[in-house]
Amino acid sequence: MGGGDPDQKKEQGTMNLDAVYILWLREVKRFLRSKSRIIGSLAFPSLILIIIGSGLNSVFTMGGLKYSEFLAPGMIGMVLLFASINFGIMIIWDRQFGFLKEILVAPISRTSIILGKALGGVTTAMAQALLFLAVCFALGIPFPGPLKLALILAIMVLISVGFVLLGIAFSSRMKDFHGFSLIMNFVVMPVFFLSGAFFPLDRLPAWLRWMTYFDPLTYGVDALRYCLVNTAAFPLWINLAALAVFGLITTLVGTLLFSTSQL
Amino acid sequence: MDGVTLAINQGEIFGLLGPNGAGKTTILNILCTLLKPTSGTATVCGHDVRREKDAVRRSIGIVFQDPSLDDQLTAVENLDLHGRLYHIGRDARKEKMEELLGLVELTDKKRVLVKNFSGGMKRRLEIARGLLHQPRVLFLDEPTLGLDPQTRRHIWEYIRKLNRTTSITIILTTHYMDEADTLCNRVAIIDRGKIAAIDTPAQLKQQVGGEVISVKTEDEFHPAEPWIKTVSRHNGIVHLTVEAADQKLSALMSIAQAQSINIESVTIHKPTLEDVFLHYTGRTIREEESSWAEGIRIRRRSRER
Repeated sequence: MGGGDPDQKKEQGTMNLDAVYILWLREVKRFLRSKSRIIGSLAFPSLILIIIGSGLNSVFTMGGLKYSEFLAPGMIGMVLLFASINFGIMIIWDRQFGFLKEILVAPISRTSIILGKALGGVTTAMAQALLFLAVCFALGIPFPGPLKLALILAIMVLISVGFVLLGIAFSSRMKDFHGFSLIMNFVVMPVFFLSGAFFPLDRLPAWLRWMTYFDPLTYGVDALRYCLVNTAAFPLWINLAALAVFGLITTLVGTLLFSTSQL
Repeated sequence: MDGVTLAINQGEIFGLLGPNGAGKTTILNILCTLLKPTSGTATVCGHDVRREKDAVRRSIGIVFQDPSLDDQLTAVENLDLHGRLYHIGRDARKEKMEELLGLVELTDKKRVLVKNFSGGMKRRLEIARGLLHQPRVLFLDEPTLGLDPQTRRHIWEYIRKLNRTTSITIILTTHYMDEADTLCNRVAIIDRGKIAAIDTPAQLKQQVGGEVISVKTEDEFHPAEPWIKTVSRHNGIVHLTVEAADQKLSALMSIAQAQSINIESVTIHKPTLEDVFLHYTGRTIREEESSWAEGIRIRRRSRER
């Protein structure tokens, strides 16, 4: 089922919006039916924010900023990272339980499948992140103006798109769950820890600071921090450009790998 | 697979019969465009499976060997999803869904999450789903694998009813002899990627010739008489194919006595597809089964180590 066959491409070009919609709706329904998953995804970052945030406040100095205020944007980034990449990897479930076959034999293009999937992933990741954002406001993070709020939403979508497609790319080449813990330990966790969610980048030793520059989540967390608590390591345009490039690359790679993936 | 040539007629129930690993599912996967043939051609309803994938996919319905439903969705939601993937308009979708749920007797379960369904209910829902876009050919891969005898018979009834009322072509794979025998108009016996024989079950059984006398004995028994057509030995049972077996039985017994063969039991039966399989491949399908299961067990054991 390679995508290199020109005859095949012509035949499989059918973009079906009905299919995109129903694949999106399926993900939303599955998400709404897993209440425990929603609560679980909120509990962990909330605990970190409350306990670590209060606990490290006394040793943290950065202008007049409290540590929990510094930490909140990082935790939003974490929620987006985990929710998005897990969603993408969950395609392995579809494969394992046979549902992927049902989609793959339908007369629709792989592009419409990936579009429906990705929209579903971004929607569910955004839902979790927005719920957590509400928790942050409830815990005393100052509420931003309308322009900043719109910017926050845009940044969240950019982060989510990048990591959903990254997850889809991984799952396209994984047949079962054996590789899952590898990806958690060698991709997700380093991305999370290097993102500057817990610490300011400018005080890091040079070797570590350089590593954070290669982490796409660094720019996401930094942009969110600028919008929420008005402090940032990079100019906003650099953050947005980095996120856009990351999203573009993962979209291309994810689509390519998924289109050429076998059952 | 090696040089398989098949022509399946419109409106028939066609069975691909063979042991696991014989290549049945591979044939099916090629016909439903999930696998590319390495060489050769295949057409479904006049559409080439390589060059006209979407046209083929629109004209076929498939029920896979393993369930492929989303068990977090309800029966209706699964059908609705399928209908939209195949771009069926809203009204036609609704109407067809109701009709098919009625056909497979799941109307009162339509709002139940599929994870609460039994194996038989899932299979029925999958059959309904496979028919939703009104395909001209329905593929069923081991439709009753792992189901209890009562549910199997129900599924057979649905398949027959379906074939009668809509004249849809049904192609199924099975390794159950009785399933192929009772359900299929024609059967292809597949062994090691090759077709050993294609015909109606009745014709195939006729080709074995006469009846089968099975003699259970520990001794080496190989009678050579002009009226004995074939002799083969499997698992301590010697199978002899003989015309008018009931009249030849006493002659056979005297031969056995003359050779002082110790016979435990003798049965005469009309040939079954099991005998046909043996006739064409020299093996019983059950032997294949057990060696296959053995292989799995060995592989699993070595993995555990």
